[in-house]
Amino acid sequence: MRGLTYTIAETPDAAVAQFADAGGDARYIAGGTNIYDLMKLRIERPVRLIDVSRIEGLDTIETDGDVLRFGGRALMADVARTPIVRDEYPVLAESLLKAASQQLRNMATVGGNLLQRTRCMYFRNGAGSLSTVGVYPCNKREPGSGCAAIGGLDRTQAVLGTSEACTAVAPGDWPVALTALDATIEIFGPEGTRTVPIADFYRLPGDTPHREFNIDPGELVTAITVRKTPAGRTSTYHKIRDRESYAFALASAAVAIDMDGDSVRTAHIALGGVATTPWRARAAERVVTGAPLTPDQALRAGQAAFAEARAGQHNAFKIELGARVIADALLIAAQRRA
Amino acid sequence: MQTLPKLLLGDACMGKQGELTVMDSQAHSDRYGGTVSGVSRRTVLGAGAGVTAASLVPLRLEAQEQAPAPLQEAGPTTHISFQVNGEQVEMDVDSRSSLLDLLRERLALTGTKKGCDHGQCGACTVHLDGRAVSSCLTMAGKVDGRRVTTIEGLASGGELHPMQQAFIDNDALQCGYCTPGQIMSAVACVTEGHATDPESIREFMSGNICRCGAYVGILAAVSQAAETMKG
Repeated sequence: MRGLTYTIAETPDAAVAQFADAGGDARYIAGGTNIYDLMKLRIERPVRLIDVSRIEGLDTIETDGDVLRFGGRALMADVARTPIVRDEYPVLAESLLKAASQQLRNMATVGGNLLQRTRCMYFRNGAGSLSTVGVYPCNKREPGSGCAAIGGLDRTQAVLGTSEACTAVAPGDWPVALTALDATIEIFGPEGTRTVPIADFYRLPGDTPHREFNIDPGELVTAITVRKTPAGRTSTYHKIRDRESYAFALASAAVAIDMDGDSVRTAHIALGGVATTPWRARAAERVVTGAPLTPDQALRAGQAAFAEARAGQHNAFKIELGARVIADALLIAAQRRA
Repeated sequence: MQTLPKLLLGDACMGKQGELTVMDSQAHSDRYGGTVSGVSRRTVLGAGAGVTAASLVPLRLEAQEQAPAPLQEAGPTTHISFQVNGEQVEMDVDSRSSLLDLLRERLALTGTKKGCDHGQCGACTVHLDGRAVSSCLTMAGKVDGRRVTTIEGLASGGELHPMQQAFIDNDALQCGYCTPGQIMSAVACVTEGHATDPESIREFMSGNICRCGAYVGILAAVSQAAETMKG
């Protein structure tokens, strides 16, 4: 790891100014659970770290108005235990509580979590890493170097949103739940504050897999907002892993539905663990909307979500698993209707 | 009185640190007295390795004369002031340093263990302002002005913390390497109100991996301490 300068920013303005002063190779750090890990792997090599985890007001959780507003540096653990989130938006609380470990949720922030980088093992075992496993090409880590995952050990790779350059899975759970609920991200930068719908925040890999987020260097995620909806209560984050706890998703589904008796009025469905970005499953939503929800119908919705899926050598199971995860999630959510 | 097992309390409580092993032994003995008689495991391990090496190959003269290097941080430093186990500490630390390395290498609090160093195993768990965190992924600069509790800070006046006692009573370890981290998580599990049933305990403790597989004993220990800590 390179030597670096560590400074603390007290305000968003100060953070942005410090970033501008640093002139490249600077990074913001809040919880540090991702960037510090990547620094140890020599994937991130900042010479300047700007600690934004003490900025006044950036950790507030506001639930009074018609939106839920989570400050960018609010801790995952704190958002998860906020009463209205826990009781009225189980999809949000579960996506946080099924992520990482208690230790990490006590450190990681809900803003930083949006920017978590892939766990693709070829990305992580890279040039300069201390790993003895090997050095692999990776278009995300080193643009143009190739992708070792394609045709490699691809069991955990994506089946949706992939390209010839990259099949790395978007690792987060929280961003999947936020995608289902059409969250908005507030970003502060040199030009002031702008807001971005979460659907426009993540980039498909295409031939530029190293560009994952629509956020510029020096910009800071200051808040996430979710419009309140009665569908929040009829929701779940269903996550299937290799072990029961503390693992990344093989397939997960965030589901929130608004029901009229046994019939689905509107459905919000997003997928994790199977795609290169948090993945909105519009096709699945169309299948269940306006019809009574039955197990068969739920499974058809799940299958519709994977109509365009492309499997590699070892990850075809995710297509079947993912369809069933959607189906189960729909039925779990439906059981929660008042 | 129960003899305090070293691994539960951390080596640093056990007395004078060997010259071979700790970079900042002076700072440690200033801070923690360091006057308790006895030989730490680290001293023994260090001396043992030396003897073995000496019997195999003659040591070069310069190696024999080499004194332990005084601590010098290699990169830019950050000034921090924080509380560790109730004591105020102030220092300049390499800005790249983790809280884990700071505790072990600068403060000789070696009870906190380095397992994976990537936040995946839980061996390095400490409390930051009362909450369990992975010290390996906590940058040293982040603890400025805050309060850290390590495994060495749990016992008071020679009296084991109820969780430490529960781990002994329930045989909740085999090799013991994960134990300090397990205990720190377990204490947080109880104080934050999650030790209500076996499922909740397992879920809360899932960030602490035990490769010996002592989970049955660990679960029993947390359940026991959840009761004794009420009193």
